[in-house]
Amino acid sequence: MTATVLPIALALFSLSLLLNLYRLLRGPDIVDRILGLDTLNVNAIAVIVLGGIYMDSSLIFEAALLIALMGFVSTVAMTKYLVRGDVIE
Amino acid sequence: MMGESMALPFWLDALIALLLLSGALVALLGSIGLARMPDVYMRLHGPTKASTLGVGATLLGSMIWFGVGHEGLSAQEILITVFLFATAPVSAHMMARAALHRRVACREGTHGEPWDEMDRLPGYAESSPSSDNQR
Repeated sequence: MTATVLPIALALFSLSLLLNLYRLLRGPDIVDRILGLDTLNVNAIAVIVLGGIYMDSSLIFEAALLIALMGFVSTVAMTKYLVRGDVIE
Repeated sequence: MMGESMALPFWLDALIALLLLSGALVALLGSIGLARMPDVYMRLHGPTKASTLGVGATLLGSMIWFGVGHEGLSAQEILITVFLFATAPVSAHMMARAALHRRVACREGTHGEPWDEMDRLPGYAESSPSSDNQR
């Protein structure tokens, strides 16, 4: 049953990645773009995890962990730059 | 590719399939909210809550999948889940604060501006960009 659901879940996540990309490119304000990029990161983690199930190996979870870490750090850096005018004070 | 030889019990297979499918649907819902809502403050609602739940359900399904039989539960998956659930509210809070600080316009017909309350706090109005321009 998982084998039939897996491509459907991947397709749904790809659709949501496209919607996030639309917001990232179009976003009227810079905060919209940051939000789109953050959501793109979170959904990319899910796509990598689904790919791991599909390939039946947990090797690529390192990449998902890296995206989770770097995505959070970059979001915090960008918002801190907007609020404070500086990343590291 | 997906091994045909694995002997997963039917109910566990169904549970994993349900978790993956519902997770993908909820994450898609959050992304539709991100794409369709009219202003920044509303757009923050969709992905920050729905995507976290959707990706969390997907990760839970994957943890059951790898934990029962396959390669065993990997440490990375638990780390990703813990990290995602800890950081998503923090980044959402910081993005909302950046939007308030920049005074991004609301949708027409909003009752009161979101930063009205903020200006009443002592010591906050001086640091806002609009009062910087007046000096």
